[in-house]
Amino acid sequence: MTDTTNHNDFSFVRTEMAQDQPAPVNTHGPIAWLRANLFNSVGNTILTLISLYVIWIAASGIWSFTVTHAIWEGTEGADCRVEGAGACWPYIQNRLLFFIYGFYPAELYWRPNLAMGIGALLLFLLATPRIPGKLIVGCLFLFVYPFVTFLLIHGGYFTGLEEVPTELWGGLMLTLIVAVTGIVASFPIGVVLALGRRSRMPLVRSVCVVFIELWRGVPLITVLFMASVMLPLFLPEGTNFDKLMRALVGVTLFTAAYTAEVVRGGLQAIPKGQSEAAAALGLNYVQANAFIILPQALKLVIPGIVNNSISLFKDTTLVSIVGLVDLLGAVKAGTTTSTWSAPTIPVTGYLFAAAVFWVFTFAMSRYSQYMERRLDTGHRN
Amino acid sequence: MKKAIATVALSAVLGMTATAAFAQSTTLQAVMDKGFVQCGVTGGVRGFSAPDENNNWTGLEVDYCRAIAAAIFDDADAVRYTPLTSTERFAALSSGEIDVLSRTTTWTMTRDTSLGINFAGVMYYDGQGFMVRRADGIGSALDLGGASVCIESGTTTELNAADYFSTNNIEVNTVVFEEQDEVLQAYEDGRCDVYTTDSSALAAERLNLEDPSAHVILPEIISKEPLGPSVRQGDDGWFNIARWVYFLLLNAEELGVTQANVDDMLASENPNIKRLLGVEGTFGEMLGLSNDWGYRIISKLGNYGEMYARHVGPETEIGLERGVNALWTQGGIQYAPPVR
Amino acid sequence: MASIDSNQSGRPALADEPPKVSLINDPKARAIFYQALLLAVVVWFAWYIFGNLTANMAKQNIRTGFGFLNNTASFDIGFHLIDYDRSSTFAEALLVGFLNTGLVAVIGIFFATVLGFTIGIARLSSNWIVARLATVYVEVMRNIPLLLQMFFWYFGVLSLLPAVRQSMELPLFSIFNNRGLVTPAPIPSENFWVVWLALLIAVVAIFFVNRWARKRFEATGERQPNVWINLALIILLPALAWVVTGSSISWSIPELAGFNYQGGMHIPPEFIALTWALTTYTAAFIAEIVRAGILAVDKGQTEAAQSLGLKDGDRLRQVIIPQAMRVIVPPLTSQYLNLTKNSSLAVAIGYPDLVSVFMGTTLNQTGQAVEVVAITMLIYLSLSLITSAFMNWFNARVALTER
Repeated sequence: MTDTTNHNDFSFVRTEMAQDQPAPVNTHGPIAWLRANLFNSVGNTILTLISLYVIWIAASGIWSFTVTHAIWEGTEGADCRVEGAGACWPYIQNRLLFFIYGFYPAELYWRPNLAMGIGALLLFLLATPRIPGKLIVGCLFLFVYPFVTFLLIHGGYFTGLEEVPTELWGGLMLTLIVAVTGIVASFPIGVVLALGRRSRMPLVRSVCVVFIELWRGVPLITVLFMASVMLPLFLPEGTNFDKLMRALVGVTLFTAAYTAEVVRGGLQAIPKGQSEAAAALGLNYVQANAFIILPQALKLVIPGIVNNSISLFKDTTLVSIVGLVDLLGAVKAGTTTSTWSAPTIPVTGYLFAAAVFWVFTFAMSRYSQYMERRLDTGHRN
Repeated sequence: MKKAIATVALSAVLGMTATAAFAQSTTLQAVMDKGFVQCGVTGGVRGFSAPDENNNWTGLEVDYCRAIAAAIFDDADAVRYTPLTSTERFAALSSGEIDVLSRTTTWTMTRDTSLGINFAGVMYYDGQGFMVRRADGIGSALDLGGASVCIESGTTTELNAADYFSTNNIEVNTVVFEEQDEVLQAYEDGRCDVYTTDSSALAAERLNLEDPSAHVILPEIISKEPLGPSVRQGDDGWFNIARWVYFLLLNAEELGVTQANVDDMLASENPNIKRLLGVEGTFGEMLGLSNDWGYRIISKLGNYGEMYARHVGPETEIGLERGVNALWTQGGIQYAPPVR
Repeated sequence: MASIDSNQSGRPALADEPPKVSLINDPKARAIFYQALLLAVVVWFAWYIFGNLTANMAKQNIRTGFGFLNNTASFDIGFHLIDYDRSSTFAEALLVGFLNTGLVAVIGIFFATVLGFTIGIARLSSNWIVARLATVYVEVMRNIPLLLQMFFWYFGVLSLLPAVRQSMELPLFSIFNNRGLVTPAPIPSENFWVVWLALLIAVVAIFFVNRWARKRFEATGERQPNVWINLALIILLPALAWVVTGSSISWSIPELAGFNYQGGMHIPPEFIALTWALTTYTAAFIAEIVRAGILAVDKGQTEAAQSLGLKDGDRLRQVIIPQAMRVIVPPLTSQYLNLTKNSSLAVAIGYPDLVSVFMGTTLNQTGQAVEVVAITMLIYLSLSLITSAFMNWFNARVALTER
């Protein structure tokens, strides 16, 4: 094709490429997609139509309740007591600070804010795979952060901060405190239990099995009831935990049993050769576990731990049954006051709380799936 | 090793909030050391104990706790409140989480003998009543056959209702909730026809309903509900304080000592008043308190009658007449032994 | 992550060690020592707790023992499956609570399984909208706390139902209002038990017929008409019993009288809210399990079955489902157990389940926290141990036998 002029004589030869014809409409483009995916058979067509109808009903219902028929302005429940009214947003607006901080004094909000900020930063460092120094950050998070947070939010002792007793803690702040404490404090216990359950010593093994199965076999609510009415009887006279502390003890022991099972799964996935190799190198039990087995196993169980955290995060709502004012408790408490009583206020409050919980848990589950994929490919090499 | 670290860490965490207070006859000492009285209250029964708009606790039973604080610290605000459900209240007291339980609690024999607590007095003589919707046109509790009844779990109310309906051969359907606000909400939502609890609480809770005037309280009072503060068994010193703070409030009313005139009364010639306010004798010291404990209480909070009028009396939105809660000198049954 | 090279010190060279190890380094001796230590700690801990417990209880004058179970409960329970009134004992109250928990669990498990399988299969649907819809359902339901969902349904939605006098009238004489659902109740005549007996016999007979049919099929390859035999058995036998004994069912139709409808079967809103919330919540988890189970069966299995000439139905029944079930059943059982344990949240919405009746009311009226909590936990614990036992049995039965 170096010399095109020669070919000019041949008028029947095309000088340029023909334009591509678009593919037939029935094989590509939105219509083809619709036909292939939604209307490819009579049954599927019916299913599609039913689904569309369901979506329409749900979406229009939610839209009209939360937007078009919702009340957006007002100062008390009476403003929402309108025939056919939807969500009562002024209620959320009015009580928002209570939902977040409970009875915590308003001028001291910076303290929980700071604590949550540090926690978020540490978690970010821990959760982003590319950032190095996991061991240090992890230790900070497990062993230092709880104390800092406690001192910051509670105050008192040597800190010179004004003391805020735990009765005043509440709302989303309390939910996060219970969840984070449960996850952090249960982790070391869970690891020890998991190692114990795989121990070759029969007594150690059975103690761990009994402990784990005991907590896993009963509902959390019974554990919380036990913590609130029985724990005081178990302690020497005069020692007393406050209510929050008792709930935390219950939640921690309960979660530890579940963590132990997750960690055990990770331990089982490590080939026996690893521990044999460690033994051949002359490492003792503690060294082998600390430097060879656990680092590998714990990496494997990150998704499991995150899933555990999701259930724990959801389960923190149960503390509202034993009289702590967590996010759900705060929302529920608000619905029973006379200033805020209107038929749709409970639904509004619960929708709000559901949205908050969903954002947290959905983010965690996405992270867990991401880690799962990451670890999966990493392991097949 | 890991176990050891975990144990140390855990016990350190626990140790920080576990206030080791030795309860035995030293509740007073422990209270003085920590600088406040820990008082168990309801989650919110207006007039008795409920947080106001500024989240400050107020009410008749709250004032009792404040009186104890005033007697000990000369500061009625040296109180911290623990809202408790009726299920957990006794455990909270016996575990030492709270120093005094002042939470619309009925004095019964079982509770006095087998729960490890002692009742210090009766802040309010109450009885169980029923609230129904005006629209239902019910005039008597005997017409409640077939009704749904909302009740709070773990209360004497639950037992009284069962007794009353079975004695009168009335079939009802009971729905039991864990917390008072759930009961109220269920009643308001129309889940129940009847809401039953102490009649004073009915009067208070009615105000939390959307339209209080649409509900009536039936005339029947089906039980004796002496509501009073209680303390742990086994600390007689503390029990005496709890008991005599209550008596002092009554005695002050009987002698006409009020918050307004207490300073003038210090100069009173009446030996009863002199003993009451600590001008004469060492009655405070007998309790382990300062001798002007009476003056401290009355000057901060007033006497029993004033507290009553302030929180639940006819002038308040709750509007309860004194009735049997009047002093014995005025036809009631509130009676206190003398300070002598 | 910890690195291995940080651990070079600490261990002496092995070469110089004598073959005979000292007692300290003998693994057996060490194991015994550690276990003795642990035992000592456990025993000490138990003794310490028990000591505190008895001291505290003695000092507070709290009653002990299980004698209270025979005392009169003297409280009412709004919903009971067996006869119960205020003169019943605490033990009977316990049984009432247990049965109420069981009822919610059984009904919840049934509906959650149906809904869960439907949604799980829908998630794998080739229909894009159906699959998306199912995904949205799963992601929403399983990420919101169950207790919150319960409050939403009970205090939020069911409370918006009409009052008794404005009740919704449903078909078949049923009534729906804020007191719950009232349906006509069958009142069997006295000798109706014969019909039940016939039904039972039919079920047993069907079991044997099926076994025979399968044996014949495996031996000869001939299909037996067992479906028709089954249908005939289950319909004809009870019908025959009905006609022969002349038993009958009358219906109790709900009628408005006084405060509420009288007669019929009353299903309280607490029960509806609880079962509904448990079902919709657990179904989301079951759907994920079902999806994972079906995906776990290799595509080659389908292709192999097709190339063997199996019909679609046989392919599913004989090849795909048995393999999927192996993956599905263990987590499914634990979801059933979760549902049962989660039914304890009933206490928050006033349904008289085990926890509400026993750990709530009974604990309060008797003050015997230790006994009450121990009994309640023991019941849940036994349920979960029985479930685990079943799971182990099932796993052993369906485990891949490698030859």
